[in-house]
Amino acid sequence: MSAGNCGKLLLLQAELDGELDAAQAAALAEHRADCPACQLNGAALAAARQAVRGATYHRADPELLRAVASRIGADRPAPRRRGPLPLKSLASFGLGAALAAAIVLAFLPAGRPGLVGALVDDHIRALQPGHLLDVVSTNQHTVKPWFDGRLDFAPPVKDLAAAGFPLLGGRLDYLGGRSVAVLVYSRGKHLVELFVWPASGAVAEPARAARDGYNIVHWTAGGMSFSAVSDLEPAGLDEFAREWQAR
Amino acid sequence: MGSDNAFAAVALPHLDAAFNLARWLTGSRADAEDVVQEAMVRALTYFSSFRGGSSRAWILQIVRNTAYGALKARGERMAGHMDLDEAGAIENIPDPTDDPEKALIVSHDLARIDALIAALPVELRETLVLRELEELSYRDIAQVTSVPIGTVMSRLWRARRMLVGAAGGEGRP
Repeated sequence: MSAGNCGKLLLLQAELDGELDAAQAAALAEHRADCPACQLNGAALAAARQAVRGATYHRADPELLRAVASRIGADRPAPRRRGPLPLKSLASFGLGAALAAAIVLAFLPAGRPGLVGALVDDHIRALQPGHLLDVVSTNQHTVKPWFDGRLDFAPPVKDLAAAGFPLLGGRLDYLGGRSVAVLVYSRGKHLVELFVWPASGAVAEPARAARDGYNIVHWTAGGMSFSAVSDLEPAGLDEFAREWQAR
Repeated sequence: MGSDNAFAAVALPHLDAAFNLARWLTGSRADAEDVVQEAMVRALTYFSSFRGGSSRAWILQIVRNTAYGALKARGERMAGHMDLDEAGAIENIPDPTDDPEKALIVSHDLARIDALIAALPVELRETLVLRELEELSYRDIAQVTSVPIGTVMSRLWRARRMLVGAAGGEGRP
């Protein structure tokens, strides 16, 4: 009736899910090269993965964080500010933003001494739940006008939902002595933040960097500088940058 | 207070994951918020017995059990009451598709993917959400859902096959 089942379906799936060790993966690759059933089923699995990656990741509201913190007796804010915070958390959304901003600074012209410290201090405000987004909308036609009158430039806003990067919203931030736009996209549980500000220099080729577990891709186009920052793996972030530039 | 803050440091980073799982299980934001609050209070009670390992899996296991309690109170069918003998029969699972084009339709059908996942039986839905949205390992999924790893694998396969089949089937002229 079909491509058939050679008995390796769950091995194929385990490979997709990163559960095979090197020896198993090598053996499967050898088998797959000569097995039409595995090639078809592998393609179907990959299609299913691609589709599910577009599913909604439901994030907790700041009110829920407050309610839970209150009920477990952790609603005294001071201690949470100190020491390293776990990175992949709602409470550290803002921390991610602050780190991202610090990373973006690497691409800005060298500033006054102490600038980095001052800017990072500014971004401590983002540590607070609810400060990830100033405007919450998945609609580019809502987010773009929101920036009007708040910035002295008009950042382009694109809808990348079809590419698997739904728009969550945007916010204002302050970097390198000027206000910048930040667009926030998601992919699964990962966030991609795109910092946008007017380019001051020549057009630059895409540049990549990594710091503290975050990856960054920077490029300029149409007179704007773009820095995409995320804890996505580099290939995923490259895909985001490609999709953005292609639309 | 000190121990409460230790708990908060372990539990709060997983609040999004907890809410996402509860929301996918209950289908409602309000119910999910109730579930998460109750689960976090329960987790605090059990915290002294937490022996390390994956704190994410530990929290999600409590969230999952709490959500099942809420579903049961709503009178919904539970995964434990499966009619099928699911652990055995991989051979009985049809191939996802014999038409690669059909499979690819799925990738252009992102708008409907939430509805398709929501329509999956709860035991397939939770396994898929834990794997694809939370990126948990098979081992952690087995812990959260209290089944053997082999069952995790067959549930994942069935969930993915149903998604490919559903999207491909309806999308055809």
